Amino acid sequence: MYSRAYKAGVTIPPLLWVTVFLLLPYAILFCYSFWSVSSAQVIVHNWNLQNYFQLVRNPIYLEVLLRSMRIAASVTVFALLLGYPLAYYLSFHAAKRKDLLYQLVIIPLWASYLVRGYAWKTILGSDGVLNGFLQYLHITQRPVEFFLYSPFAVIITLTHIYTPFTLLPIYASLEHIPRNLVEASHDLGSSPWSTFRRVILPLSLPGVLAGATFAFVLTLGDFLAPLLVGGPGGIMISNVVVSLFGAAYNWPLGAAISFCMMLLVVSLLLITERLEKRLAVS
Amino acid sequence: MTQAAPITAGSGTAASAAAPILSIRQVIKRFGQRPVLRGISLDVASGEFLTILGESGSGKTTLLRLIAGFEELDSGEIWMGAERLDRISAHRRQVNTVFQSYAIFPHLSVFENVAYGLRAKNAAKAEIPERVTRALAMVKMGEFAQAAPAKLSGGQQQRVALARALVNRPRVLLLDEPLSALDANLRRQMQVELKSLQREVGITFIFVTHDQEEAMALSDRVALLRAGLLEQVAPPREIYGEPETAYAAQFIGQTNLLRAEVRDGIASAGSIVWRTSDPSGKATYSLRPECIRLLSEFPEPPFAKADVSNARFRGRVRNQAFGGAMDLVEIDCGGANPIRARIANPGILTGEREFEFAADDAVRVRGGEPQ
Repeated sequence: MYSRAYKAGVTIPPLLWVTVFLLLPYAILFCYSFWSVSSAQVIVHNWNLQNYFQLVRNPIYLEVLLRSMRIAASVTVFALLLGYPLAYYLSFHAAKRKDLLYQLVIIPLWASYLVRGYAWKTILGSDGVLNGFLQYLHITQRPVEFFLYSPFAVIITLTHIYTPFTLLPIYASLEHIPRNLVEASHDLGSSPWSTFRRVILPLSLPGVLAGATFAFVLTLGDFLAPLLVGGPGGIMISNVVVSLFGAAYNWPLGAAISFCMMLLVVSLLLITERLEKRLAVS
Repeated sequence: MTQAAPITAGSGTAASAAAPILSIRQVIKRFGQRPVLRGISLDVASGEFLTILGESGSGKTTLLRLIAGFEELDSGEIWMGAERLDRISAHRRQVNTVFQSYAIFPHLSVFENVAYGLRAKNAAKAEIPERVTRALAMVKMGEFAQAAPAKLSGGQQQRVALARALVNRPRVLLLDEPLSALDANLRRQMQVELKSLQREVGITFIFVTHDQEEAMALSDRVALLRAGLLEQVAPPREIYGEPETAYAAQFIGQTNLLRAEVRDGIASAGSIVWRTSDPSGKATYSLRPECIRLLSEFPEPPFAKADVSNARFRGRVRNQAFGGAMDLVEIDCGGANPIRARIANPGILTGEREFEFAADDAVRVRGGEPQ
């Protein structure tokens, strides 16, 4: 079909790009994870597994990792709870407003992540919009401190940021459901709710899974939101990596954590891909 | 008010003919500004096989979807017995639909597809397996009960769709061009099976198609729909033999439309002249090709104008298509359109020949003015 030159032309550049800027850095990172830092703050190439042992021995890392996963799970749940109904409405009931509403979902994605992060900072802060409002209504007497600089703030911010990523695959899978299946279900005596439960939901599960994976994986690797609104209690695993590569100057340990995280995420992606294939019916 | 629909056809018994199972009254449906159904009134007898026949865009599928409850009507009423059908939602109606594209649930096995309606209506758990098995056996799909729908051919999915609808014992079964996706052979076979299945279960079938041959082969009655209005509702033989309009005559079977001038009991269309009891004036007649006979080479007595009951005419044979038992012959009689005749074993015809038809076979129809 296609000439060799054409095939080479389209495959080699991306392969080269991936190799040089992705695989090679990963390999270097992998090597770093077996090295260590000397007392003179110099990275020495004595190959050992100390960094990995330390991850297991020191409860701090495990604790932060578990917290990160808890936050990621919460964000996933909230993103699904917000995203699914909206996607459902868009796909089945929005009619003429569909395009407009769809754009309204998309537009926030154009705004910078930082802008959205800072927006939440001004909303949740002690003299922020939310506290001002609550005090104005005399529901609270003084600013509520835990709105900002807490896991709670991280969850709210990331839910806001990642809900569109969850909504879009769900919306796509809902759009792919042939409408005559819904009609057939009604025709066979199923009420709208039972039709949702027995036809629409099962057929949209691949989209739900894809959306959940987006929210979970993106949140798990996030470090900006904890930095902006998380405070000391909202630190996530990526913040630990950042500080290890930065101020703490312990690249080998940071590399070990990164590598473990990568393993975790890749295996998660493989599992969900498997599940998605099994759920998807032609 | 409803039109008085005499049930003269087929399998409907005298008792069921008295009270229609489904009564469509003055139904109007628009999509936006576009009228799709412009006042449809139709009674369907219990146990009847009624076909709604029409071209694409005639509104036939919309009419079916109104009965199923997938669309809301703009005005009019649909009654099932003493129940106002158009006021209740689709999932509460005792009708089931076989969809054009089958609409088999892809995530459920064949068995679960058929069991779907029973589970939805909370049928007794114990009787579900038996009823599903019987329904699948009825459409010869028993061995596929555990199969995934994606593995089935179109014809098999069609059977599953049929079983899935029939297992609920609907009072009326709606079929939306169910055979249109099948190839010609399978289609003929399914027509036969569908007809015998309908006799077996005794359920009223309302069948939508654009294929007039299919309509004639299957139906007790045909409702011919044209641009949102019923053109004629009658048994197939009647609609073929006595079409009321030029459109009906042309849509169902082949025909010759003769635009004639009637004067004093004599109709003349160009060189063709026959006797009629119709009043004087302009009129259009439908003459089926098989009603025309070829006269022997040298007719006796010599060509006579205005014969008593038979009309004779002369024409040049323009085209002859061999068709096995009957040849289709195009005869040029000097008019704008050639006359088409279906003649049994004529041999090869050439030159000018003489033809004949019974005056009664020219059926006066409404419409048909040249456009």
